[in-house]
Amino acid sequence: MPRDLVCGMEVKKGEAAGVSGYKGKKYYFCSKNCQEKFDQAPEKYIQSGIDSKTKVKDTSRETKVEQLERVDLPIGGMTCASCAQTIQKSLLELKGVNKASVNFATSRATLTYDPQQAEVENFISAIRKSGYDVGTAFIEVPIQGIDCASCVQKIEKALLATKGVTQAVVNLATQKAKVEYLPSETRLDEVKDAIESTGYKVMEIPTEEQVEDVERVQREKEYKKLKKKFLVGLVISVLIFLGSSEWIPGVPEIWRNFLVLWILATPVQFWVGWQFYRGAWGAFIHRNADMNTLIAVGTSAAYLYSVVATLLPALFTRGGIEPKVYFDTSTIIITLILLGKLLEARAKGQTSEAIRKLMGLQAKTARVIREGKETDIPVEEVLVGDVVLVRPGERIPVDGIIKEGKSSVDESMITGESIPVEKSEGDEVIGATINKTGTFKFEAIKVGKDTALAQIIKLVQDAQGSKAPIQRLADVISGYFVPIVISISIATFIIWFDFGPNPALTFALLNFVAVMIIACPCALGLATPTAIMVGTGKGAEHGVLIKGGESLETAHKLTTIVFDKTGTLTKGQPEVTDIISANNFTPKDILEYAACAEKGSEHPLGEAIVKKATGENIELSDPKDFNAIAGHGIEANINKREVILGNLKLMHDRKIELGDLESKSERLANDGKTPMYVSIDGRAAGIIAVADTLKQNSRKAVEDLHKLGLEAVMLTGDNPRTAEAIAKKVGIDKALSEVLPEDKVREVKRLQSKGKVVAMVGDGINDAPALAQADVGIAIGTGTDVAMEASDITLIKGDLQGVVAAIELSKRTIKTIKQNLFWAFFYNTVGIPIAAGILYPFFAILLNPIIASAAMAFSSVSVVSNSLRLRRFRFKS
Amino acid sequence: MEAKIVITILGILLIILVNWYFFFSKRKATVAELKERGIQEVKVTVKGGYTPDVIVVKKNLPVRINFYRDETAECSDTIVFGDFNIRKPLPAFKITTIEFTPEKPGEYTFTCGMGMMKGKLVVE
Repeated sequence: MPRDLVCGMEVKKGEAAGVSGYKGKKYYFCSKNCQEKFDQAPEKYIQSGIDSKTKVKDTSRETKVEQLERVDLPIGGMTCASCAQTIQKSLLELKGVNKASVNFATSRATLTYDPQQAEVENFISAIRKSGYDVGTAFIEVPIQGIDCASCVQKIEKALLATKGVTQAVVNLATQKAKVEYLPSETRLDEVKDAIESTGYKVMEIPTEEQVEDVERVQREKEYKKLKKKFLVGLVISVLIFLGSSEWIPGVPEIWRNFLVLWILATPVQFWVGWQFYRGAWGAFIHRNADMNTLIAVGTSAAYLYSVVATLLPALFTRGGIEPKVYFDTSTIIITLILLGKLLEARAKGQTSEAIRKLMGLQAKTARVIREGKETDIPVEEVLVGDVVLVRPGERIPVDGIIKEGKSSVDESMITGESIPVEKSEGDEVIGATINKTGTFKFEAIKVGKDTALAQIIKLVQDAQGSKAPIQRLADVISGYFVPIVISISIATFIIWFDFGPNPALTFALLNFVAVMIIACPCALGLATPTAIMVGTGKGAEHGVLIKGGESLETAHKLTTIVFDKTGTLTKGQPEVTDIISANNFTPKDILEYAACAEKGSEHPLGEAIVKKATGENIELSDPKDFNAIAGHGIEANINKREVILGNLKLMHDRKIELGDLESKSERLANDGKTPMYVSIDGRAAGIIAVADTLKQNSRKAVEDLHKLGLEAVMLTGDNPRTAEAIAKKVGIDKALSEVLPEDKVREVKRLQSKGKVVAMVGDGINDAPALAQADVGIAIGTGTDVAMEASDITLIKGDLQGVVAAIELSKRTIKTIKQNLFWAFFYNTVGIPIAAGILYPFFAILLNPIIASAAMAFSSVSVVSNSLRLRRFRFKS
Repeated sequence: MEAKIVITILGILLIILVNWYFFFSKRKATVAELKERGIQEVKVTVKGGYTPDVIVVKKNLPVRINFYRDETAECSDTIVFGDFNIRKPLPAFKITTIEFTPEKPGEYTFTCGMGMMKGKLVVE
């Protein structure tokens, strides 16, 4: 294999970055940089090359070359070749660096360095210091049995000695090593091997998804145990119920024996109901009190009273009270509440289903082409710039741009759009979507936590963790709830004991227990979060990403929806529709001059004109003295002629005589087109009209918003006539025309000052300030580039029906929350007084503690089930 | 009659005791340990509540809290730092790490998913 004479590396002939000829011989180089150096002084390198090859004299250099190490670093954030130069320079300045070359095209730095003097970590920090990033990967590796600080050091050392590992921190508390490594230099197995070489065992490296799974397995185990306990509780409860109910005939006398009942009740109290004691104690030592406290204290009171009645009946008879036992009360309460917990656990598991589904969308492996070879690697190791091959039926692993081939891609899981999208070279592909028909290669642009899917998951997780203002009261109450309920129970006991009818002790006890048991803090606590979880999850399934509980809550109060016209209501890709000439200019002149003037502009109207001109094979010369007059038009000098292109205001400002062009323009504007006057050398030359076509669903969406009782307003830079025409076509109530981009915020503010609750719909980039100003900012069609910062709601699809869906969803979710909260408050505020016996003086009604426990068990289940109903919510749109 | 007086007095005392214990008794604060690269680290055991339940940290330095959930009771299956928009499931018998950097001094509560179990983060 030939050797690169400059750096000494071996280079395959077919893969050399450069080949130079010198004196009839070919020399191969690893990089253009080496080639350049060689070309400048070929003799020098040939001489030393021969020296090292023939191993004569200069042995010091030979050993030095052998000691050098080489590393490839993937670099992110380079936008131009000069960036590569900057990085290369900063790398060469480092001590110990023998050679550094940075390739802009492959986004890679190749270094040869002396490991005695420099470490890879130095290079990475140098690159980062010059403002670029190194594509390192992070992994958390769980390790078994690290038990001392010295083990930590041992493992860290072993990791750092592994080639490609740039950072390793072992955490004794979490029993995990956090490793930063270069996926180009090392593989996960090598990291694993390095740890295991120190004698410690690496546990399976979990992915996010697996962590979820572990939890689910745990939950299922718990669930099974709970079920077993419930069944035991149920059988014993039935037995005790038979023994305790005197009205049931045919029950043997022994069954009614207090001692027998006691023996039966004890395992229920302390085995089936053990979790309540455990929970209550755990909370107690933390000075907390929760549902477990209430149940443990309530059932224990009934149980202990019965035990005393069983063992020392004389104590009661002496006081004139007939000794009675309430073992049925304590066992049935425990059993019923377990049943409630079982149902609740099942329902709660379903509220996070949406996130689980999203996580399941992630592809596990990617087939990348590195050094000409196809290799399947874990998706975590894919780097920006990698070329990835995708075959039909496969999931696209990361976000990128197609380089070769075409196919149709099912993007429904991300955008909610059910029809597959045709993709070819230059088109973006989104990770987690499914390739349907063709094979293609694409370049990875976003990997890891930058992919659209990762961002969506993060957003939904954040949203599910956020709180809605509506919840505040419930939160405050649940913090004080249990101690207050305990106080009410004790007060109930005192009142019944002091003022109640005989036997006062029995009444006092039963009502004390009933109050404890009926109070349900769970219903209060679950009311909002479960609804938000299901609601935001449901949105994500349909490409509607809601930032959090607060956005959700404001969205349902909206009165006015403001649309940006271009790109929101319309496709945003206008076309030239009419050219009207005047003053002896030809339509071709107008198109040519207008197109030349617009050549320097990035305005979509300008682009339409340029597109039309190039379509007609008109050659465009470069404009001079180009000047854009924001919201009005442009002016430029073309072939020494003064060209002005713009609206009526601009023409009036420049005092240009328009003649009958003004009425013609009016007619075009009435048709919803955008006419632009063209003036050449101070004379009106004609009109060029451009129209932007409406998006397919705009009209239907506005109609649906009207049905929801919302007012629709349109903002546009167009003149009033064009604005009116479009507004009429779409069915918009009010069009605000000639709004300059910087005035959008002001218009939103003005609507707000009139007491309207305003949503602004626009793209997340140009309209960001207006989106932020609005009560609810809805960013639309930002595609994979989730522009979350300014918006409260992001619609992945460009379709306006998403706006309707988002508002419908928020209304439904808030309705669910209100139902839940009402039920939870109502239940507790009515239930507790009834349990305390408030109805007794009037109607002689007392709540049996068993009924109280049934009510309690089903109140939290009903709240969760009500939230789960949101899953079945169908969008009208 | 005496029984009634005794029960009434005992009951009222009990109510006072309950409210004092849950609302007004003092809790012990733990200062997070300063680790490498300015990370303030603390381990919290989750079992019926948070131990420690008052954590003192400094502002503008990253905070790493390792929650070890030593129970399967569903009440504690989620940790919420509402002020930092963090809501994370805590798998049982596992350590879940939460990292963030508080920027404003003050007292922030962290709670379980339902807001019943409480802890306090004091940022100085």
